[in-house]
Amino acid sequence: MLLTIIAILGVAFILYTVLGGADYGAGIVETFAGKRGEKTISKALAPVWEANHVWLILAIVILFTGFPRVYATISTALHIPLMVVLIGIVLRGSFFTFRHYDIGEVGTHPYYTTIFKVSSFVTPFFLGITLGAMILGRVSLDATGTFYEQYIGPWLNGFCVAMGIFSTLLFGYIASIFLIGETVHSPERHRYIRFSKLFMVLTFGVGILVFVIAEFENHPVFAAFFSSWPSLVAFGGVVLLIPVVLYLINHPWVVYLRLAIGLQVALIMVGWFAIQYPVLVFERSGNHLTFYNTQAPEATLFQLLIALFVGLLLVVPCFFFLFKVFKPATDEHRVK
Amino acid sequence: MEDLLAARLQMALSLGFHIIFACIGMTMPVLMAFSEWRWLRTNRQEYLDLAKAWSRGVALFFAVGAVSGTVLSFELGLLFPGFMRHAGAIIGMPFSWEGTAFFVEAIALGVFLYGWDRLNKWVHWASGVLVGISGVLSGIFVVSANAWMNSPSGFTWENGQAKNIDPVAAMFNDAWLSQALHMTLAAFVATAFAVAGVHAFLLLKNLGNVFHRTAVRMALSFGAVAALLQPLSGDFSAKDVAERQPAKLAALESHFKTSQPADLIIGGIPDSEKEEVHYAIHIPKALSFLAHGDFNAQVTGLDQFPKAERPPVLIVHLAFQFMVGIGFLLATAGLLFLLFNWRWKRYLARKGWLLFIACLTPLGFLAVEAGWIVTEVGRQPWIIYKVMKTKDAVSPMPGLHYSLYTIVAVYLLLTFMLAWLMQRQIATVEEFYPSARNSID
Repeated sequence: MLLTIIAILGVAFILYTVLGGADYGAGIVETFAGKRGEKTISKALAPVWEANHVWLILAIVILFTGFPRVYATISTALHIPLMVVLIGIVLRGSFFTFRHYDIGEVGTHPYYTTIFKVSSFVTPFFLGITLGAMILGRVSLDATGTFYEQYIGPWLNGFCVAMGIFSTLLFGYIASIFLIGETVHSPERHRYIRFSKLFMVLTFGVGILVFVIAEFENHPVFAAFFSSWPSLVAFGGVVLLIPVVLYLINHPWVVYLRLAIGLQVALIMVGWFAIQYPVLVFERSGNHLTFYNTQAPEATLFQLLIALFVGLLLVVPCFFFLFKVFKPATDEHRVK
Repeated sequence: MEDLLAARLQMALSLGFHIIFACIGMTMPVLMAFSEWRWLRTNRQEYLDLAKAWSRGVALFFAVGAVSGTVLSFELGLLFPGFMRHAGAIIGMPFSWEGTAFFVEAIALGVFLYGWDRLNKWVHWASGVLVGISGVLSGIFVVSANAWMNSPSGFTWENGQAKNIDPVAAMFNDAWLSQALHMTLAAFVATAFAVAGVHAFLLLKNLGNVFHRTAVRMALSFGAVAALLQPLSGDFSAKDVAERQPAKLAALESHFKTSQPADLIIGGIPDSEKEEVHYAIHIPKALSFLAHGDFNAQVTGLDQFPKAERPPVLIVHLAFQFMVGIGFLLATAGLLFLLFNWRWKRYLARKGWLLFIACLTPLGFLAVEAGWIVTEVGRQPWIIYKVMKTKDAVSPMPGLHYSLYTIVAVYLLLTFMLAWLMQRQIATVEEFYPSARNSID
């Protein structure tokens, strides 16, 4: 039962990274995509952005129902970066919708766009920082230490910042790939292909840098990585998918390209998860919070599982319908 | 500012902000789907135009509602981690169902808003109905979690730990039904009267306008029914609160001394120090009847509770009176509408009537806010009634007031933006919708 819930949590997390990531990344890419890009992005995101973000709510609900101590710990110790994430989510969603629905051209248009873009950078950056802080192991709940040691030090350091940059670049990469299939305008399409390659190189580079910085911050990830065969396999898969993506990028098979990038991101998450498992938050004291020492009682997990099952039975078909209507596999409707 | 106060204010502000969007999210899809259904049956342009015009407004409100709801799911932990550490496992269940309902709602809304030209008409209509159903359900689930804080059940509390957790019993706690009923009706009353009010205001400028006339009639039909049912649900809630949370009932009625029978106190300014109420109207025996259904029943007063466990009487009493006052005003308006619509239709087109309806626009939402103050402040000093105090649940992080200031600034900006954008939407109605240019008479 616990394992099923962990699996669903993992899936929600991966889907949020892929779908939410494409969403955030679109705001990042828009910065470099010009006026036409803005139109494409606005049109592509409008029907799906809210549904994409519900995966985050799902992950949060699983966390506070199934593993309440983890939720309480993260939200206490990482109050500041999470607050920034929240403000980012609020401003980004609101101003995207404001821009989409405001009638006619007025002087406010550039402001909507600026706020949308800035929050598209800031939010994934701080999401990455938060994740980094959960991994790094400086979070502590015994109330000894200064304000800095308690509430800032755990996340303001080289490793977490590198994680923030990594997330931002990864989301840019996902979005560039996603946007290739959203336009039939050839120069624009080529621009996204260029972006995809650039973001791929940058993401890969910073990804390695994250490992290196972790060593400098006394958090030996390399050793853990090489001693865990699932993560070796997963990261091997990530690397093997690079030529596949580069091949598909120049062909009109949008669905396969999207599947390939989705798989790549999923493998990155699985690889990281394998290093981490079963720990959710590394604590300074060494009393790490794991799935097993924070799990809610059986009765709660059972009810949670029922809700998740029924929920997924309802949501998955709806989700497919939504994407079938608005993201058809053919380019037919976009031509007219 | 004290951290506890800052945390409470931030939570109150976030909830008070979100609740308006939640009410709109519960009601508007029903109105839109109803209007579209009328269009499918009658093929009259104004129904289609209204469904489309409303859906543009709803898209804006729904976006802000979705993100401010996300904020709340985090803030429970950011501000009151002590609460979530224990409560998460107990009341996570309604939250997970709420998540599901909201998920379906978000997807169905995407289909509804952007699928006008891409779907079969009836499939499109069905997506609107689905938005309405899941919107109402998600509201009910969230309220069930809140009801648990008022009426904690489904666990035993041993040495500061929850044991023997039964999530089903927690979800269907004693307060969930009365609260869910009251909140759902309130959402319909507030939103429907606000919609009717805005369209009535626009109709005043152009009396024969078909678009606005249809809108006022449809919105008032929903609002009237809900407003007339609301006093019944209120009575049900009061009796329930009298049983479960006598301190809250005593505070909202300013009932300081236990008595048998008890007077109903209307209006007035309660003085918690001297334990008396100034300038109030007393109705003999009425409180006994309202609280327990018996004119000679004993009603527990605040004197039965130590001072440290009494809610702030002044705020709760005033908010309660305000809510009930508006409730009766709107019920009266609803009754008048039904009467006029039945026999005296000509009154519905009168300027005086439209002006009256236009003046009611914000009142339903003000009553909703007052009602939340009653239920939340009325539970203080407890966060989980008789189990955990709010001060023991607050985040240990110092400087919480900076979070508060940030949230205040962001929500002020959003409020301003929404007001401005709605005004722009309304100004262009005639440009986009043919029936808004038609006028009879």
